[in-house]
Amino acid sequence: MEILLNFFEKNGLIVAFVAVGVISYLGFLISKYVLNNKIPGAAVSILLGLIVAYFSGLHTGGSKGIADISIFSGMSLLGGSMFRDFAIVSTAMGASFMLIRQTGLAGAIALVLGTTVSFVGGSVIAMFFGYHDAKSIATIGAGACTFIVGPVTGAALQASSEVIALSIATGVVKSIFVTISTPFIAPYIGLNNAHSAMIYGGMMSTTSGVSAGLAATDTKLVPYGALTATFATGMGCLLCPSVFYLILEKIL
Amino acid sequence: MVIYGVSFLGACYILGQLLGEFLAKWIGVKANVGGVGFAMLFLILAHDYFNKRNFFSAEAEKGILFWSQMYIPVIVAMSATQNVVVALDSGLLAIFAGVIPVFMCFACIPLLVKLTKSPSID
Repeated sequence: MEILLNFFEKNGLIVAFVAVGVISYLGFLISKYVLNNKIPGAAVSILLGLIVAYFSGLHTGGSKGIADISIFSGMSLLGGSMFRDFAIVSTAMGASFMLIRQTGLAGAIALVLGTTVSFVGGSVIAMFFGYHDAKSIATIGAGACTFIVGPVTGAALQASSEVIALSIATGVVKSIFVTISTPFIAPYIGLNNAHSAMIYGGMMSTTSGVSAGLAATDTKLVPYGALTATFATGMGCLLCPSVFYLILEKIL
Repeated sequence: MVIYGVSFLGACYILGQLLGEFLAKWIGVKANVGGVGFAMLFLILAHDYFNKRNFFSAEAEKGILFWSQMYIPVIVAMSATQNVVVALDSGLLAIFAGVIPVFMCFACIPLLVKLTKSPSID
């Protein structure tokens, strides 16, 4: 048994390839035979991944889902930001520069609007829940942008660690909700071309949510959505602790 | 050779991410600003440039295509390593603040699409 455990830990990345293959296969089987192809296999696989992460988290009490189980520790490498970003960049191969240039301005507007709407929405909800100081409200509002903007803003404004934890949780909820809801909402908001995908990426901000949500909807749209979404975290980290915080302080 | 494609992709990734790091430092932000986006633009432009001069073999292209097909598996691994427990257990504030702004953003998309659609494309 110990030999096996050590072996799996030592070969973590390879174990992760096998594990993801199994999850994907199950996802495609469920999609085909249980759901009659109504929900694409990729979407079911991503959802299965989230379910696996939930039960792993309950079991281990850790924060990294299945990767906290030592034999699956390689999953945090395969699913970490390095491989994720590398794979996202590679999808740009099929993208058209013409389309990107035509939609560039719309994407930039979406970036600013998305950050603003998320911050305002998150802040108003924080006020409803009884927060009255600008620091805490701004930190939670920033968490509604992405789970990186929240703690960066909280640290810059010296918010309490409890509020910072809450802002991270808010960002994680957002990322998961964007992942799950995108394929269902896509037909209603016209998310089926490069133009709307670039706007969607800017509006939604969360790179992980956008990249997973588009993967579940239509992989052709991934490069366009990801391109704008990857600027959103920087935009949030720039605006939230500075301009947005100062405006919020004036209002209160 | 396949490695040429992978290496080319890696070079675009490194250049883009580094640019994102330096841009962040320059404007005083504690996060990478658009590194992946820059890397994607580099890849598109450089691939286009070299392709026109027949620098790119089909074999080398396979090295890039492989990774774009690994995209969904990587995302599945990412979702399996998310902190789903904290998202579900952190109470109503995190859930409301995580979900309601998303709906507000969804609602803005069709509007923005309409406003920015230039007639020349149609």
